Formats: sequence, structure tokens, C-alpha cells
Amino acid sequence: MGEVIFWVIWALVAVSAMIVAFSKNLVYSVFSLLATFVGVAGIYIFLNADFLAVTQIVIYVGGILVLLVFGIMLTNRIVVARITQSSLQRTTGLVVVGAIFLVLVLTMLEQPWPLAESAAEFDSTVDKIGRLLFGDYLILFEVASVLLLGALIGAATLARKES
Amino acid sequence: MNALSSYLILSALLFSLGLYTVITRKNAVAILMGIELILNAANVNFIAFSKFVTHDVEGHLMAVFIIMLAAAEAAVALAIILNLYNDHGNINVDEANALKR
Repeated sequence: MGEVIFWVIWALVAVSAMIVAFSKNLVYSVFSLLATFVGVAGIYIFLNADFLAVTQIVIYVGGILVLLVFGIMLTNRIVVARITQSSLQRTTGLVVVGAIFLVLVLTMLEQPWPLAESAAEFDSTVDKIGRLLFGDYLILFEVASVLLLGALIGAATLARKES
Repeated sequence: MNALSSYLILSALLFSLGLYTVITRKNAVAILMGIELILNAANVNFIAFSKFVTHDVEGHLMAVFIIMLAAAEAAVALAIILNLYNDHGNINVDEANALKR
């Protein structure tokens, strides 16, 4: 049962990512990006990453996706119902990216990964992540907060109308 | 095929589709969507390796920081895109080739 659900989520992520990449309509792209993000959150749950799954939903779906939708709506005339988009060099891009994909997959399958005896089964990762964040990674955590503040101020300054 | 490879193939697929989006799309918001796909691919890899290879949560921490960077990057990129739209009337990146109006 779990196996079936895993492959359904796997297929959901793959297909919706393809719609993001290939759809002519920008609105279809952004809505299938929603399916990709939710599907990746499901993949995180299969990897015992409960904290990451919730973070993915809250930040990606609740934050970044809303920003992207705002970006689309603010930069197109809304009266035009179909927001189409054009692409450059489709064939070349497809060939190059297909080659990169093949090389990646072959390398990943050939590589003898130093797999552990059994897959780790974390009860809950929240405790461990919290201890690491305020222990070994404290400086990185503080730098991240300063970076977020900088991004906030930068975005607000950039987006403001010149008076 | 072991359990790790299914995750690795998924992340390779996400990365390739994201790269395709970045190099073929003209619309700046669509390019941003491609970047998010690539970052998600990296996250899947980090977490898969932390489950199957290293057995600790340091990979999860990297993923947390990547998500944080993605949020900051999306906000700043959207502000730049809005400025581009105000200047050019569209957000096609192949037409944005002037540093100054």
C-alpha cells in the first residue's frame, strides 16, 4: 500500500513538473507547480522528514507560490484571459537537457553509494534539527536571519515606485 | 533498483525539467519557476542521502537553508521583475538587454 502511494506521488511530481516545463499557458504552469511542491512534500514524508514536509508546504505553497501568482497577475494585462508564453530554442534545449538527464541518471545508478545497512527511521526530526540549529549551526542560522532581513529591505526598496 | 535510486531519478528529472524551463522560457516568472524546481531537486537529494547514507539530520538542515534562500531569492526576484515590467511593458528576458533607460 505504501509502495503504491509512493509511486503515485512520484508520478504526480514528475508529470506536474513536466507541465511546468512544457505548458504554453503560464497559469497552468504555476498551478501545476503547486502540485509539484505538494508532491515533493509527500516525498519528504516518505523520507521521514516531517519537519521539512511541513516547511515545504508553509514556505513554498504558502509563500513562494503566492508570490509567483502575484508576479504573473501584476505583469500581465488581466483582461487577456489566456496568458501565453513563448519559448526559445526548444529543440536545442530539449537535446541538451535530455543529455544532461541521461548522464545524471546513469552516474547515479552506476555510482556505488556507501549505503548504510538499513535506511534510517527517524521518529521525529524536529528535536534533532532544533538542537543542531542552536548548536553547531548557530552562526549559519544568525547569518540566515540577517540575509532574510536584507532581502526584505531590498525587495521593498526595489519594488517601491520612484517618487 | 534500490530505494535510493527512485529518489535520485526523481531529483534528476526535476533538475532537468527545471534547467529546461530556465534555458527555454522567455518569461521571467517562468524562469523563476524553473529555479524553484532545481532547488527542490537539490533538496530531495539532500534528504534522500541523509536517510540512506549518512543517517543523521544534517542534510535536513541544508534543505532548511535552501528553502530559506529560495524564499529570499523569490522575493527579490519578484521586485526586480516588477521594475522590469514598469520599464519595458513586458517581462521577456531576451528583450531586457539595456542597463539604462
